Amino acid sequence: MATHESHKKRSGLMDWLTTVDHKKIGILYLLAGGFFFLIGGLEAILMRIQLMEPDSKIFTGELYNQLLTMHGTTMIFLAAMPIIFGFMNAILPLQIGARDVAFPFVNAVGFWLFFFGGLLLNLSWFLGGAPEAGWTAYAPLSTVAEDTGVDFYVLGLQIAGAGTLAGGINFLVTVINMRAPGMTFMRMPLFTWASFVTSGLILFAFPALTVGIFLLMFERVFDANFFNADMGGNVLIWEHIFWIFGHPEVYILILPAFGIISEIVSTFSSKRLFGYSAMVFATVLIGFLGFMVWVHHMFTVGLGPVANSIFAVATMAIAIPTGVKIFNWIFTMWGGQIRFTTAMLFAVGFIPTFVMGGVTGVMLSVPAADYQYHDSYFVVAHFHYVIVGGLILGLFAGLYYWYPRMFNRVLNETLGKWNFWLFFIGFHLTFFPQHWLGLMGMPRRVYTYMSGQELDGANFVSTIGAILMGAGTIVLLINIIISASSKYATTKDPWDGRTLEWAMPVPTPEYNFAQTPLVRGLDALYVEKAAGNGEMTPAEPVGEIHMPNGSILPFIMSLGLFISGFGFIYANWIVAGAGLGLVLITMFLRSVIDDHGYHIHKEEVEADIKGGRA
Amino acid sequence: MKKWLQKGRLVSLFAMLALLLMGCGDPTLSALIPQGEVADKQFQLMLISISIMILVLVVVFVLYAFVLLKFRKKKGDTSTPKQVEGNHMLELLWTVIPILLLIILAVPTVMRTFEFSADAKPASKNELSIKVTGHQYWWEFEYPKEELITSQELVLPADTKVHVELSSADVIHSFWIPSLAGKTDTNPGDKNKNYMWFDTGSKTDVVYKGKCAELCGASHALMDFKVRVVSKEDYKNWVASYKAADGKSSANANGQQVFEKNCLSCHAVGQEGGNTGPSLTGFGDKDRVAGILEHNKENLKAWIKDPQEVKPGNNMPKVNLSDEEIDAVSDYLLGLKLK
Repeated sequence: MATHESHKKRSGLMDWLTTVDHKKIGILYLLAGGFFFLIGGLEAILMRIQLMEPDSKIFTGELYNQLLTMHGTTMIFLAAMPIIFGFMNAILPLQIGARDVAFPFVNAVGFWLFFFGGLLLNLSWFLGGAPEAGWTAYAPLSTVAEDTGVDFYVLGLQIAGAGTLAGGINFLVTVINMRAPGMTFMRMPLFTWASFVTSGLILFAFPALTVGIFLLMFERVFDANFFNADMGGNVLIWEHIFWIFGHPEVYILILPAFGIISEIVSTFSSKRLFGYSAMVFATVLIGFLGFMVWVHHMFTVGLGPVANSIFAVATMAIAIPTGVKIFNWIFTMWGGQIRFTTAMLFAVGFIPTFVMGGVTGVMLSVPAADYQYHDSYFVVAHFHYVIVGGLILGLFAGLYYWYPRMFNRVLNETLGKWNFWLFFIGFHLTFFPQHWLGLMGMPRRVYTYMSGQELDGANFVSTIGAILMGAGTIVLLINIIISASSKYATTKDPWDGRTLEWAMPVPTPEYNFAQTPLVRGLDALYVEKAAGNGEMTPAEPVGEIHMPNGSILPFIMSLGLFISGFGFIYANWIVAGAGLGLVLITMFLRSVIDDHGYHIHKEEVEADIKGGRA
Repeated sequence: MKKWLQKGRLVSLFAMLALLLMGCGDPTLSALIPQGEVADKQFQLMLISISIMILVLVVVFVLYAFVLLKFRKKKGDTSTPKQVEGNHMLELLWTVIPILLLIILAVPTVMRTFEFSADAKPASKNELSIKVTGHQYWWEFEYPKEELITSQELVLPADTKVHVELSSADVIHSFWIPSLAGKTDTNPGDKNKNYMWFDTGSKTDVVYKGKCAELCGASHALMDFKVRVVSKEDYKNWVASYKAADGKSSANANGQQVFEKNCLSCHAVGQEGGNTGPSLTGFGDKDRVAGILEHNKENLKAWIKDPQEVKPGNNMPKVNLSDEEIDAVSDYLLGLKLK
């Protein structure tokens, strides 16, 4: 067979630029997302340094607004989401017993679009200044700004957002179509479930962002008047569109963290998840309700008491499935044998922190009281409790947990514990006082505050906390650097795992499973361990494995959009056209070049199995 | 009914919480030290929601601490824990109890949300009506019935319900006086005018701090204003003297000349002058220069000399004035006092 097949083995940089392997794309997402996380973190620390003392003049006015805009935009779109996508890529196909995602080529396109979009956005720092209208980019502040900052925001996010949408669709199809025999929906690990629901949210939420950003782009680049009140436009249109995307986005971020925590709590308590079906139902319900609550970001814009009350009650309703999750985690631990590894420490730190972020969320859902909280530091404290205390602790937990599977090495546990305690204590020091700052009358997004308003003490403590968080992150970096120079771990299953991703040898073979496994229950690997088998039962004989070829086209395609982005920003239609032309050419090439992939022969697979490599 | 649910106990729990939160912050700025009816009711809502939430936190934290201490893996234990699927009774319990708690919270929520809403109808007889317009980066206050316009400083009589109409001249701002009421956005355009009301409280001769709460540009942080609450009688006198004030109320002929030549096209004094900049009627009595600097001649001179240095991104141009002219116009402005 395979007369028309060709397969070129590439190495080094070219291998990474052309890869369509979900494991490598996962690592790329993690590296790029980690890099942007450091930039976003640095921006946060600079802001905290400015706010450490009253009347400070280090980063003022426009520059401070650029920092706060880029911190928010970077952390949400370029750090948190890509790191989530990193784990989804690296782990989800393994958890459902698949050899890759449904569309490996699209997967690579998604990554490179995100990467070039993020790069474009961050280049604004060197090209006339970053966007300064907040990550929410409220019109007309965003439309009247004269410099190119907001143009970078518009084009950068449009390109990165397209990548996210492609990724989301890919995972939806992967979960629906690529599950191993026996892996029914109600046997899928919670992380897979959460990723599945998140992908669904991306499918419905990101088009709203795309449309909104197109309107903003037309307003800025082609002088349209969607948000210009003087010309019959309406500024509230942007707020609605942005939050119709923006609120589901919060759940796009937090649901995968819920999934990670569910995996870790279950593994390190050596117990199956308590109330699995309730957990699945709660995840789906949170995802659904996430689309019904966007107006709670807009209680003060004047939509009237009827709208405010309806959205208040809808918002409160989300607390119920979220509470179900919290109690199910606690009861998963109940009666278990809890092992306090670093991954588990982060998960243990996650639960109470997230509960605190959740209860302030319920407080914020009360419109009449929200008139006091809104756009004050109380809100800043709340969403950092949810996003840092929730999502980031979850991602750190996931990193320590899955690092051995992704990078074939175990991170140092002692450094890991330093990482945890510094970050955890720093986090609470930073954000707990901010609740009080808000209630004491400090608005958010201010570059300074005058002395004599009793705001000095809490701000000082908050900055100290931010520095500790930075120190914790540096410990993590050191840990990663040390591990990179250490040897491969020999064990494929360091945590006594329960799910399929721990069933393969390290390093994970290119084709994941030499033989697709047969899944016989929830926690597929644990089922086999409990039955005394120790490893998965294959669902098929050893045979040829069909693999996709790598391709440089996704890289070039995204590069084309990157170039055209510059064209639109500087209203240079030749450059814009040339970039789009490059995209069309790569699309054309992708359509006409017949690429059937290649096959790994049976003998090679058998040799791998014999040698313990598969 | 159980003892701990009795009203007296609940009130004392409230009192304790209130004590814990009160005294936090500046009494002319903190939402935790409410001074008017609306802020007071908002503070009550905070207390109700915080109480319910603390109850939730305590239950979760105690349960959690117990689990973490009790179920650690013991050394040498090689047994496998029992694999429990779940428990329908428990699931039902932690679904129904939160629903009940949220219903308790939802009732006052909806009640107060309707209570605090205001609409386009003009103020009733015993209400005071004002129109607030946000500008980058200052506030304009119009008293339609009294026919006067002030800037940066809102003078109000005590014990009065104030009906507010809000709009913006440029981007979105948000009008917030934490001591008196929560915020409402000011939107540009006639279609999205907002309305709110608040009560000025019983204290007199007190200056509350007001803030802009929506990112509006480079000097968003500096867009402060003041609310001076005075007795009803003082308020009447203030209105009369404000309306009587004109450009001659300051006795500095030299400065007046400079002012009329360079500043009057944007800044009004009395009935004369433009309205693109804040009105400077009674400037000598104000609390701050440019809304933020201490009210003295040195700061005023610095502000006129280089407005961008004080408030980055603001619309006041750097007027080409000699040092002597700046000195004269500063003296003139500081002399603009109400009788």
